[in-house]
Amino acid sequence: MSSANPTYRLLIALVLAVVLIGLDQRSRWVDPLRYVLGYITAPVQYLAHLPVDAGNSFMRLTETRTRLMESRERLERQVLILEQKVQRLAVLQAENTRLRELLNSSANLDASVLVAEIIGVDPDPNRQELVINKGARDEVTQGQAVLDSEGLIGQVVETGPLSARVLLITDASHAMSVQVNRNGVRAILAGTGQGSRLRLLYVPDTADIREGDLLVSTGLGKLYPRGYPVARVVSVNHQSGASFSDIEAQPTAHLDRVSHVLLVQSMEPVSAPDMNADGGAEASATEGADADQ
Amino acid sequence: MRINSERPAGTGVILVTFLLAALLEVVPLNDTLNWVRPEWMLLVLLYWVLSLPHRIGVLWGFMVGLYQDVLVGTTLGQWALAYALGAYFMLAAYKRMRVFPLLQQSAVVFLLVGSAQLLAYLIQESVGRTLYPPYTILYSAAASAVIWRPMCGLLRGVQLRFLVR
Repeated sequence: MSSANPTYRLLIALVLAVVLIGLDQRSRWVDPLRYVLGYITAPVQYLAHLPVDAGNSFMRLTETRTRLMESRERLERQVLILEQKVQRLAVLQAENTRLRELLNSSANLDASVLVAEIIGVDPDPNRQELVINKGARDEVTQGQAVLDSEGLIGQVVETGPLSARVLLITDASHAMSVQVNRNGVRAILAGTGQGSRLRLLYVPDTADIREGDLLVSTGLGKLYPRGYPVARVVSVNHQSGASFSDIEAQPTAHLDRVSHVLLVQSMEPVSAPDMNADGGAEASATEGADADQ
Repeated sequence: MRINSERPAGTGVILVTFLLAALLEVVPLNDTLNWVRPEWMLLVLLYWVLSLPHRIGVLWGFMVGLYQDVLVGTTLGQWALAYALGAYFMLAAYKRMRVFPLLQQSAVVFLLVGSAQLLAYLIQESVGRTLYPPYTILYSAAASAVIWRPMCGLLRGVQLRFLVR
């Protein structure tokens, strides 16, 4: 039987665990431990994803010729359309840069991009997180913005050596600064914990936000790059008596369906737009609304 | 069953069972099934404590819990704390547990898994990462209790086949 009394071992374990919890919540000191353990947890994540992978490759092998031709044609058409858009974009970008130079503002949309595959989702329904197959070895860093072809998905909150965890914008603990693309009204977009619902917080009843408005990231807070689409407003409820209106939005990205994501690193720190020199989000939001009318 | 040989064997097999449990912990399920995902890691840990109390105990629980923390991305130490306690209580009760009938065993597992999860929930609550009320952990504790006996049978087979002691 065991030599040492299990109660002593329990005490040691309890003290160690409590110290770890405290350190992990308040500092970054235990990150190296997490990083090292990442070498043996990542393979399990990869393995759990294997059936999906195998299924996909099987589908690829058995796809019929006509299907392939069809999709090729579709993709070619898409490439043409996108190329045409890019041509216009180049001109617009040059013009935009010139105008910004005139305004002495240096906001920049340029960013380097890395493609990653989603290999896991958080099993805990309380949290909305993803695991991707790129980690610190692929130069993924904490705080990087993650997006799909349609819009923002979230940010990297933890990097292991071979994988990284992404906090989704729908997580209940997540909030970010957005603005309405139509008129520049700014607000805070918070997750609800439900897959496809977001809420705009503290929006005054008079703010000019309508159904169908596109919300784009502002780059304030310096985590997310500026100007990426995030969500679309689906409902606006003005409640008489309440000081803020109840606004719901839906992410533009297909959070539940994507398999590949883009990791974006701003090339240079995004400088805050010059118009937010003073006043909180609500104040400037109403200002924006006034300016638009 | 443990025929007077004190030399431990089959650590590799134990580790492999834990890795398989880890796999089951993260394998993607749909939303409904996700609610009743049993605590595989804790179940496997409880089985090994029950069957090899002289080898697998509190420190194993701590280590496995630490691994679980990194695997599912929780506060480091959260599951380590819960699993160490789970292993401790199983260690204290393994003699009785072995002679319990099926239903009583399941009840003990339900209590152990439930309290471990409650502890983890509390820690998660303290960092504000909870959304659903705490009774929701009962679903997976109940699933763990149901799956306990079949899993025991399976692990028992593994243990005898690979001579783990």
